[in-house]
Amino acid sequence: MSVLVYIENFGGKLKKQNFELASFASKLAESTNSTAKALVLGTINNAEIEKLNQFGIEKIIKVEGESFNIRINKVFTQVIEEVVLKENVSMVLFPDNNTGKALAPRLSVRLRAGFVSGVVSLPESYNPFIIIKRAFSGKAFAKVKINTPTKILSLAINSFGLHEKPVTLKIEYFETQVSFADVPIKMVERKVSENKVSLFDADIVVSGGRGMRGPENWKPLEDLATVLGAATACSRPVSDDGWRSHDEHVGQTGKIIAPNLYIAVGISGATQHVAGVSRSKCLVAINTDSDAPIFEVANYGILGDVQKILPKLTEAFKAFKGD
Amino acid sequence: MKILVCISNVPDTTTKIKFTDKQTRFDPTGVQWIINPWDELALSRSVDLKEDSSNPVSEITVINVGTSETEPTLRKCLAIGADKAIRIDSEPKDAFFTAQQIANYVQKESFEFVVFGIESGDYNGSSVGGMVAEILGVPSVSSVSDIKFNGSSATIERDVDGGKEYMQVQGTTVIVVQKGFAKEPRIPNMRGIMMARQKPLEVLAAIDSELLTEIIEFNLPEPKAKVKMIDPDNLQELVALLSKEAKVL
Amino acid sequence: MNFELNEEQQMIRQAARDYAQRELIKDVIERDEKAIYPAEHIKKLSELGFLGMLVDPKYDGGGMDTVSYVLAIEEFSKVDSSIGVIISVNNSLVCYGIESFGTEEQKQKWLKPLARGEKIGAFLLSEPGAGSDATSQKTTAIDMGDYYLVNGVKNWITNGNSASTYIVIVQTHKEKGHKGINALLVDKYSPGITVGVHENKMGMRSSDTHSIQFTDVKVPKENRLGDDGFGFKFAMKTLEGGRIGIASQALGLASGAFELATKYAKERKAFGTEIINHQAIAFKLADMATEIEAARLLCLKAAWLKDKGLPFGNASAMAKLYAADTAMKVTTEAVQIHGGYGYVKEYHVERMMRDAKLTQIYEGTSEIQKIVISRAIANDDL
Repeated sequence: MSVLVYIENFGGKLKKQNFELASFASKLAESTNSTAKALVLGTINNAEIEKLNQFGIEKIIKVEGESFNIRINKVFTQVIEEVVLKENVSMVLFPDNNTGKALAPRLSVRLRAGFVSGVVSLPESYNPFIIIKRAFSGKAFAKVKINTPTKILSLAINSFGLHEKPVTLKIEYFETQVSFADVPIKMVERKVSENKVSLFDADIVVSGGRGMRGPENWKPLEDLATVLGAATACSRPVSDDGWRSHDEHVGQTGKIIAPNLYIAVGISGATQHVAGVSRSKCLVAINTDSDAPIFEVANYGILGDVQKILPKLTEAFKAFKGD
Repeated sequence: MKILVCISNVPDTTTKIKFTDKQTRFDPTGVQWIINPWDELALSRSVDLKEDSSNPVSEITVINVGTSETEPTLRKCLAIGADKAIRIDSEPKDAFFTAQQIANYVQKESFEFVVFGIESGDYNGSSVGGMVAEILGVPSVSSVSDIKFNGSSATIERDVDGGKEYMQVQGTTVIVVQKGFAKEPRIPNMRGIMMARQKPLEVLAAIDSELLTEIIEFNLPEPKAKVKMIDPDNLQELVALLSKEAKVL
Repeated sequence: MNFELNEEQQMIRQAARDYAQRELIKDVIERDEKAIYPAEHIKKLSELGFLGMLVDPKYDGGGMDTVSYVLAIEEFSKVDSSIGVIISVNNSLVCYGIESFGTEEQKQKWLKPLARGEKIGAFLLSEPGAGSDATSQKTTAIDMGDYYLVNGVKNWITNGNSASTYIVIVQTHKEKGHKGINALLVDKYSPGITVGVHENKMGMRSSDTHSIQFTDVKVPKENRLGDDGFGFKFAMKTLEGGRIGIASQALGLASGAFELATKYAKERKAFGTEIINHQAIAFKLADMATEIEAARLLCLKAAWLKDKGLPFGNASAMAKLYAADTAMKVTTEAVQIHGGYGYVKEYHVERMMRDAKLTQIYEGTSEIQKIVISRAIANDDL
């Protein structure tokens, strides 16, 4: 038996979330006396994927070919199915992100295998198979039982962390029988900026709300983000009013993120906003209003004028980084 | 061109979440039910597309798998501008069950686009859209933030890591949409509210389907420790705490 | 008895609430401060159908009942009561007046664009020397055969500049007293009409209030609403319905201020606990909630009577009297609960307190409502 983890290929690179997923897969394998294997599609150096050996992956199944650099969900699912059947897989693991959301449900139907998304910890039991997932946008957790022999899970990013376990790894090439020819969908254009820190990947996120008092005041917030190597985000009213782009909106109906550190600047903390950031490891709130609900969910709070505090905070972090 | 928008009926986003029957069931007492916010965006944009006569969209149907209690939500969809509503008369027992019901309906009718919101505000499953596509054997595009028509062909914008990709499709396609697909939900107008009562709301029996998963229990998160306030004139303290206590730097 | 709202009524309340909470809230403070008429909002609200929501769909209206109307005006007024009065005047004075008493031709020509919200209406009754005492009209309309020649000044006209359709109450036969009064439909752009300066008001600052001067304005006979001499009765009947709108506006001011005060009382701490845990504050909130509920029931009762086609004049007078007094009291208490914060504009309640005062004055002062109610008591007509 084996556990298969789907390793998303980020333009020839791996990201921290791949290693977290590998760590999770290797723990699952350990608990079920099986082998942790990884599947990766498209163009990527072996040197890059070999890094997975630090996290308990013993075998990588590699499906090469430029056509796999664009995710066509229908085709990718069929490839994953082939590998699952060939490798005698009992558990398939995806990241709970756009890619996982696109592929895992399709695979669930193909394999008639129960799928639980947004898993936050290792299974509570394996027989029966019971696992905990996030529900009600972070306001609750659900214990779910999977009834089928094969299980599909997607792991909430940054919920498990990295667990090193160096092993020997081998790479195996897989020739798929699946073709793109009869799928009536094609990519016609691609606009990707490589250097911007994605909100989902960022370890640290600095986020601004109405308390910033206008788009012209964002410079000090961006300075802080630069010093921290952080991504920038904002609350809903800020994106609704066009102060910042919709891509930056985090919250229940925007992006749901779980960085290590979330710094909420001038954000009052409406329940819808908190739902989008409640899985952050550590939350710092800066606000002028001591009664702002954000202080109820924050780990650390600073009371005061955000425009005065931001530059001082940037200086403090600069000094720390300088040490 | 016909569009099917799939609707979940969920508790209002500000609802205080409680459970009942030994934590096995969501407690609906006093809860205001709404159209799942992402589904509402999906519907709003679909109606916008239909209203702009340069687009080929001719009819919008909404579908929900639910008991009769979800009908006010469906009628709100009609008020917003859907032409027709379908309710599959059953609790949405699990994602696969729900997907089977919707796919079965799509097979009987013909839709160019079957549209879902990216997740539901209650179970956060993000599953039914992809499952419907697979049951039907059609392409699916996920994390969609825009759609544009050029004559009868559509270009779909999807978010990928670090940017956007633009996809062209033919035939029935499932699209799973996120924020940005519509700027904001449409507010129904008086004419829409008045017409909602005359538009068809059809109730269909559910088909048999196996269940792949079941919910055993719900739990609320542990209460959080009290916030530690930092003196704004001593921000080094915060830096030290983040580094040594929280270990997040 | 049935206190349940039907699905449509709930949907309309939600639509109004969504618009108010999402859109009106954004710039309400600025509009109040700079006395800006909310032209963009009125355009969007007419697209949503609120400007003519009570009008029969055959005249391009929304065909909604008065209960829905109360709910909608309350929701708008919770955030911005100026919007409340603009919609109220258009619906329950101007549209209602034409729909109830106009000829088919008048409805086709004047009512339809008003119901669609393409045009806004104003109701010109008050004069510098005739407010509550509507019989002493000084504006005259001399019968010139096929037209009236109108001269005079009207005061305190809500929508005075933004409106393009006026209903003007005029004196045609002075010797006949109130039986010599007429109501005329007048196009604002008729020669001889001058719109006076925008009144710089204490509250309700984003509704545009003007005086309007008429100098030899020719108004075709066909623009008269009802028979010759019907004007006084027309005004009284129309104002009965108007009171429901203003009562709902007052209700919205009260419930909006109450919501803000409650939220504040649950967050603000003093002496180691949230101030809602202090009886001095808690009892204030209890009184406010009770009085608001009473005002709401009076508004809905008047609306229900009107929808049933039953006499509603006394009920609407009671609703307006009580809701306006409640608005004044509740908004004042809301400022008090907020303490110093209540006195600054950012926290909304001081605006609501200024706005509330007007609800006790216009479309019949609280004293006039008491006259209406007490006369009904004296005549065994309550």
